[in-house]
Amino acid sequence: MTTINETEGLSAALVTGASRGLGRALGLALARRGRPVVLVAREAGPLEGVVAEIRAWGGRAHGIAADVADKDAVTSLVGRAAALVGSIDLLVNNASTLGPVPLRLLLDTDCEDLERALQVNLVGPFRLAKALGGPMVLRGRGTIVNISSDAAVEPYARWGAYGASKAALDHLGRIWAAELAGTGVRVLTVDPGEMNTRMHAEAVPEADAGALADPARVAERIVALLEAGTAAGRVAIRIEDEETERRAP
Amino acid sequence: MRAARTYPARRDDVRLLVVDVPTASLRESRTTQLPALLSAGDLLVVNDAATVPGSLQGRDDAGRSVEARLIAADLERGPAHFWAVLFGAGDWRQRTEDRPPPPAVAPGDRLRFGALEAEVVAPSSLSRRLVALRFLGSPDEPDAVWAALYREGRPVQYSYLAHELPLWAVQTVYAGRPWAFEMPSAGRPLSWEILLGLRDKGVRWASLTHAAGLSSSGDAALDAALPLPERFEIPAATVTAIADTRRAGGRVIAVGTTVVRALEGRAAAASDGVLRAGAGVTDLRIGHDHRLRVADGILSGVHTHAESHFALLTAFAPPDLLHAAERTALAHDFTTHELGDAMLILARRGSSRVTVVSGPPNG
Repeated sequence: MTTINETEGLSAALVTGASRGLGRALGLALARRGRPVVLVAREAGPLEGVVAEIRAWGGRAHGIAADVADKDAVTSLVGRAAALVGSIDLLVNNASTLGPVPLRLLLDTDCEDLERALQVNLVGPFRLAKALGGPMVLRGRGTIVNISSDAAVEPYARWGAYGASKAALDHLGRIWAAELAGTGVRVLTVDPGEMNTRMHAEAVPEADAGALADPARVAERIVALLEAGTAAGRVAIRIEDEETERRAP
Repeated sequence: MRAARTYPARRDDVRLLVVDVPTASLRESRTTQLPALLSAGDLLVVNDAATVPGSLQGRDDAGRSVEARLIAADLERGPAHFWAVLFGAGDWRQRTEDRPPPPAVAPGDRLRFGALEAEVVAPSSLSRRLVALRFLGSPDEPDAVWAALYREGRPVQYSYLAHELPLWAVQTVYAGRPWAFEMPSAGRPLSWEILLGLRDKGVRWASLTHAAGLSSSGDAALDAALPLPERFEIPAATVTAIADTRRAGGRVIAVGTTVVRALEGRAAAASDGVLRAGAGVTDLRIGHDHRLRVADGILSGVHTHAESHFALLTAFAPPDLLHAAERTALAHDFTTHELGDAMLILARRGSSRVTVVSGPPNG
């Protein structure tokens, strides 16, 4: 229905968890560089705001309200996205859930909450990478970015469901990269550091927001990594350390 | 032959009947063996169209049941416009040809499919079942049309199946833009295990996008006119890959009849017979008298001589060899239709000749 001449301009990107925080910042940063973006989030309201913002300055954006943990929703959203923007050469798996907050000890974590964290943080990104990675391999180009956390590496008490799901996502990324070697599709895992987001406030309400990184700056770093075209594997971004140093007397 | 009624346990492990035209021989293999059956330098061309959930169940203004199966995007009229085949009461469990005709509709009539409303724009002269529809409420907002279509639509189903197919089950592993209204099913048995195995062996792959329409409408007059003109897009990289393959003496293997129609239709439509990249529409009907210009072989489902697809296969192999293949498939209990076994026809190497020009798409 909508066709675009793919020889003109940059190919499209799909970003999940794009209604706020880092996902929103990434959507804005990519669109500002001329990429058509498909933004995915569970709630339509805040998502439409981001889409309207991008369209207001002439960018190309489409919003799709969907839950990445829902298998049927993923097939549908990938089809809708391709109908609207054509080939998608960049997937950013950013959507994630902490599970119930305040965070609980593993002994107090409900099995269902662990399962939900795995569905959103691990299985959803797997489904999207599977659905969008196929056409990427066929075309011989594309990038899959998984947003991780240092909780994937450090065994922080009370971060069990989230940390275990992110550790699994990291390892999934390594295996994706091994299997896709030589196909032209690369897989990048990014630990964005501690950001001033709603999710961070829910997880660590006592944190000093001023010492946290602005997601817009983190998004710029990630987009720069993508543009450099060389980054692969796992990258940790630590803008919050720079903030702390800057504020130090 | 019997139709496969369920999805195979592994999408890429079904039986494969290999028809080798130069030696007029038949042999039985499996799709997992494709890397061993093709040669380094061969090129597999696939249709990367994803399948639209194009079956809509609803009612007309008078409350009568109607099902619309989208058959093509009506690009001339605009983004919310589609051609659709209408059916009366009943559902997919009935054979298409047994479905009662739809209630008579006239331009301006409204059809409601859940939350999606459509207006009948124009009837077709081909059949009273074929109509141009416009989805309402979102005239030029493709986001809303696609959202509604994916919410209300289901993939076209097949009466011989034991269970309803979900949307993911009618996609190939490389599906991109949703242009197909029925699954380009020749590509269904291809997994990445097979595709990467082919690559490791030196067999290349390339893609095009072809908007496969419906294979049957339940109306004999309309069925005789199928396939309707279908749009396609052939990327420059694919034309280059075909040129490279030709130069190196490899074979171009089309995955499915849609790929044959796009490649041959494109080449046949050029006054100089040259295959060029770009977008187009083809109404080419391929039969035994068609001289293949691009494809040297085809991977397809198993088709009997009673099916329309069979005519296209006669462009690749003599009818007596195809009839022998059909008898073998029957004797060995091969399964047919969308979820069935597969057939690989390898025509004479270098049997087709076309000048290939790589360059920018010329629309």
